Amino acid sequence: MSIEWYIVLSSLLFAIGATGILLRRSPIVILLCLELMLNAGNLALIAFSRMVGNEEGQIFALVVMVVAACEVVIGLGLIVALFRRRLPLDVDELRELRG
Amino acid sequence: MSATTWAWLVLLLPLLGSISIALGFRAIPARVAGIAGTAAVGLAFACAVAALIALLGEEPEGRHHASSLWTYASAGGLDIDLGIYVDPLSVLMILVVTGVSTLIHLYSFGYMRSDEGYHRFFSYLNFFVFSMLLLVLAGNFVLLIVGWAFVGFASYALISFWYRRTTATGAGMKAFVINVVGDIGLVLAAFLIVRELGSFDYETVFARAPEVFAQGEWTITAICLLLLVGAFAKSAQIPFHTWLPDAMEGPTPVSSLIHAATMVTAGVYLIARTNALFYLAPTAADIAAFAGLATLLVAGTIAIAMTDLKRAIAYSTMSQIGYMIMGVSIGAYSAGLFHLMTHAFFKALLFMTAGSLIAAMANRQDIDRMSGFWKAMRFTSIMFVIGGLALAAFPLTSGFFSKDSILAFAEARGGMYFWMAIGGYVGALLTALYTFRLIFRVLPGRPCEEAQHLIDTGELYHGPPINPATEEKEDSEVGFPGAEHHTAEQSKPMAVAMAVLACGALFAGLVQVPGVTNVLFGFLEPAFDDSPLAAIHPSVAHEWRGLAIGGVISLAGIGLAWLLWVARPELPGLFRARLRPVYQLCLNKWYFDEAIGLLVVRPALAIGRFADSTFERLVVDGIVNGARDTVSGAGGLVRVLQSGFVRSYALLLVAGVAGLTLYFLLSAS
Repeated sequence: MSIEWYIVLSSLLFAIGATGILLRRSPIVILLCLELMLNAGNLALIAFSRMVGNEEGQIFALVVMVVAACEVVIGLGLIVALFRRRLPLDVDELRELRG
Repeated sequence: MSATTWAWLVLLLPLLGSISIALGFRAIPARVAGIAGTAAVGLAFACAVAALIALLGEEPEGRHHASSLWTYASAGGLDIDLGIYVDPLSVLMILVVTGVSTLIHLYSFGYMRSDEGYHRFFSYLNFFVFSMLLLVLAGNFVLLIVGWAFVGFASYALISFWYRRTTATGAGMKAFVINVVGDIGLVLAAFLIVRELGSFDYETVFARAPEVFAQGEWTITAICLLLLVGAFAKSAQIPFHTWLPDAMEGPTPVSSLIHAATMVTAGVYLIARTNALFYLAPTAADIAAFAGLATLLVAGTIAIAMTDLKRAIAYSTMSQIGYMIMGVSIGAYSAGLFHLMTHAFFKALLFMTAGSLIAAMANRQDIDRMSGFWKAMRFTSIMFVIGGLALAAFPLTSGFFSKDSILAFAEARGGMYFWMAIGGYVGALLTALYTFRLIFRVLPGRPCEEAQHLIDTGELYHGPPINPATEEKEDSEVGFPGAEHHTAEQSKPMAVAMAVLACGALFAGLVQVPGVTNVLFGFLEPAFDDSPLAAIHPSVAHEWRGLAIGGVISLAGIGLAWLLWVARPELPGLFRARLRPVYQLCLNKWYFDEAIGLLVVRPALAIGRFADSTFERLVVDGIVNGARDTVSGAGGLVRVLQSGFVRSYALLLVAGVAGLTLYFLLSAS
């Protein structure tokens, strides 16, 4: 299979994720879409790694997964905190931090 | 020890006194502070005498020494030493300053006893003595300026000593501002000197000046005129004199020390010290002489009209300093300094007696209210008469010899200076007239209420505390005069100080009797023998003729005063009515305050208002507000982007990345 299919799939996943972030207002869905974008990146990395024939791309993919895990921990933690305070789970209404 | 070591000690002692009293005012009792302050200055006088003895032990040609402790500043090839210059001139000055200061400290010790702020007074007074000594001992122009500014500050602090009296603080500010104008003149002169001659040291400057400048060159004339601005402001000569009468708001010992005996003669000292420069600038010297002559005549006429005891004596001081300035400007250096010395004695004495009288009058100073003090205060009255006789140049008193030695020199120099001598004799008549006007109005006659109270009860009259100038109510807390001041009859130290000065006022002239003694001029000769003008000596016959004229004028003036204010007391009123414009002119001090207000103060205020309303509002505020508006406008623009909508940030991010990608793709293909 040629590399193009992988790249096309990766781009598609990335675009879906980006669109989701731009359109949805629920923080949980935004986190999901973020994961989607990260994994699109992972897919591209691994595909290129297979094509070039060394392991560096795969190592990067592992690093990205670690980062994704950390990010999810913080993101979900924030969401739980929001929920506990009975704040609306809507990013547009959480704009008090603006400067 | 050498003369310079003693001179350093002279300088050190009052400084130590001032600092220790200022720092220890909580710990030491008031009387101890007074004793310490007096002792410090007294010891300084002893050291000054020791310096004199050390100097007399040397050859007359070698009687000048420069001594330096360390380099004060060093920049651009210019080294300024913390150095003093000891020669007969500076030794005479330190003797007069420390001697008179010791007596005035002694006087203040009694006089100010019930004043709050006694420590402060003595600390200031010692600081003044230190500053004045620094001024006269300085070995270069920088230290001279330091001393010059220090005495200006000390004068300000002491005029405003009763700092809750608005009239006193106003007078202090006026004195300070006019003195700072003088300081600026002096500083500019020093700049010019160092530019042209490359040094601040007296010895170098005076040695190099004749090589660099031709006589009458405009640069040296400018230097001398700038020096004169300083000298005139400090010595209260026309047109910088208006601060001195107002300075009488200070306590009387201050008037006696600073505004009669020592500080106001600094201008005379300056001209005598820089005589080598003034010889090269005859125009400036003549201007100084004419200003001195004008001051002595104008101040004399004002003194006749003044009804405030201290202000009348202050105008007399201006007038006498006019003689000195005229003397040292025409070349009679020794004679000018002789008059400086005798004037210090009799004028300090006169102010002391004025203080004693004012104490008996419960702080009132108006001579219209005073009379009959001869019966009430015999000792003070005798001292007043002695001081008055010396001031009026009564034959054989000190003022008689010193004033006439100036006028004899002017006559001997001839030409235009002859007319200055004539002016001086007219001034002598005025002097005798105004001095004995004071005496005849205050001493004889029926005792006034206050004097009668003193005779009946033996105690001082006490009115409610008021400001004599404005009749405002006061109290006697700190910042105001104390509950009472003391008279010489009550206080031994005051009487001693006055008695010693009275001896000086009567007999100090005997050091320089023409043809008989030559103590002072002989001593000062090495200081001035470089000056070509020092070669002019009036003959002994000349001098005695001048003395005879002076004596006759003095007696005539006293007689005229007797006629006007004792024998025919209705005459002055008649003159006032007949010569109304002249009387008004004198009473209003020749309208100098008004003229300065019109010519200097109001234009300055107008410029200030213009700068405030136009330049400040439009230009300065325009720049500042413009910068502020630009920054806040740009900030407002950027702030719109900071909406807080996370998704719009994400959109920007995505759009940015997409844009960049598109750009690279396009540029790559």
